[in-house]
Amino acid sequence: MSPVQPGPGQTLLSLQNVSVIRRGERILDQVSLTVQRGEIVTLIGPNGSGKSTLVKTALGLIKPDNGKIVRGPRGSMAYVPQSMGIDETLPITVQRFFRLHNRADRATYVAALEQTGAAHLIDTSMHHLSGGEMRRVLLARAIIRKPALLILDEPTAGVDIGGQAALYTLIQHLRDKLQCGVLLVSHDLHIVMAATDRVVCLNRHLCCSGSPESVSQSPEFANLFGDSLARELAVYHHHHDHEHGLHGEICHDKTHAPHG
Amino acid sequence: MDEFILRALLGGAGIAIISGPLGCLVVWQRMSYFGAALSHAALLGIALGFLFQINLKLAILGVTLITSLLLMGLQHTRQYSSDTILGVLAHLTLALGMIVLSLLPGVRIDLLAYLFGDILSISWQDIFWIAAGGVVVLATLALIWRSILSLTLHRELALVDGINESRTRLIYLLLLSFIIAISMQLVGVLLIVSLLIIPAATARKFSNSPEMMALMAIVFGLFSVAFGLWGSLYFDTPAGPSIVLAASILFVMSLLKR
Repeated sequence: MSPVQPGPGQTLLSLQNVSVIRRGERILDQVSLTVQRGEIVTLIGPNGSGKSTLVKTALGLIKPDNGKIVRGPRGSMAYVPQSMGIDETLPITVQRFFRLHNRADRATYVAALEQTGAAHLIDTSMHHLSGGEMRRVLLARAIIRKPALLILDEPTAGVDIGGQAALYTLIQHLRDKLQCGVLLVSHDLHIVMAATDRVVCLNRHLCCSGSPESVSQSPEFANLFGDSLARELAVYHHHHDHEHGLHGEICHDKTHAPHG
Repeated sequence: MDEFILRALLGGAGIAIISGPLGCLVVWQRMSYFGAALSHAALLGIALGFLFQINLKLAILGVTLITSLLLMGLQHTRQYSSDTILGVLAHLTLALGMIVLSLLPGVRIDLLAYLFGDILSISWQDIFWIAAGGVVVLATLALIWRSILSLTLHRELALVDGINESRTRLIYLLLLSFIIAISMQLVGVLLIVSLLIIPAATARKFSNSPEMMALMAIVFGLFSVAFGLWGSLYFDTPAGPSIVLAASILFVMSLLKR
């Protein structure tokens, strides 16, 4: 493994031609991805496109069958899961939950919670948090150790529309404040487009990636998410080199390409 | 007080103290059926212990541990739901246990004592086992508490934090097998899990932290043993079921809170 380069624009995470095969099926096919310090990279793709697998592989929870992954030192990554799913019979407050992860004093926890606007929740039971509150608490937990890279799985699932925009603003704010990199998985295309530096469109293989504008204009994106949505998001069309079949396979057939 | 009652109280108290925290983990992880499967396997342990003339507690410990490892392994395959796998393995080991017992030549075994327990026949040697084992179990549990709690709360978060899952789970299963082996005599195969689950469930309403709940489960376990034994003597009912009944009454009363 080559060491992660320090300095500005430092690469925090790098996946090179990573493949994951489960029961003979390629769940991830030769995916390459990097996240630099200070940028927000958003992973989008339909259900079953391997987004969660990619996140778990990046976190080191799944061992890739092929390819190379370069991460920062241990503890430099923090993970914000989609949900907690704690059994109702397990009594636990936010503070106790934080203590499990990192033994610090109450002031440290309060400071982290203040940054995510959730300081008032420190003594609340984890069972009483709403979707948005839970996300803010999990974000606060993640930033206690001042990670270089934040990895968030569907940070707005189960959060109402107003709360979703607020969460993305918060994520951008944390990125600026902590000067960290952010890798997030999302479904909320509209908001994603506004609040991200780079979009990576996944459908088991890497479909397209780039700035939100360029991705939303790409036909690959239109094929994955439907033409009407793509038209809504995109102003221009641009040239592309492949189409997707029903199962995400690449068809080199340009006759269906929308022209712009 | 007759000495046999004192022994029963001491033994029961020891088991209640060990079961409290372990029972909470079983409840939190929704593993009560897993515990039931293990206790069924314990009967096979008894049968094999008689067959090979080895210490019964060691035999139970060995069989339940092997069964729990098998269960964990099979659950990873995801071909069948873990519910189905538990159902198959629990009853297979139970059936095997009964077959082996029936094949033992010239051994008269009081099967009922193993099914329902016989706490009043508990010996000082048994109490030594419970006390010595209890210290080891609780000390070990304290060592893995943070890890197992993290894994219970969120497996992936715990793994990202660098918690060693297989080691933690293995130790946890070993502790669970141990409590089954030693509480067999107290309440029997059929009621072991109730001793783990019911005091923990009662403790929920009185706790706002995991540690508090573990402590309260111990308290309710102690009350259950004391009330159950008293009831058993007073009404001349079997001790094991009386303890479970006492625990259940406490649970129902806890439901009235708020």
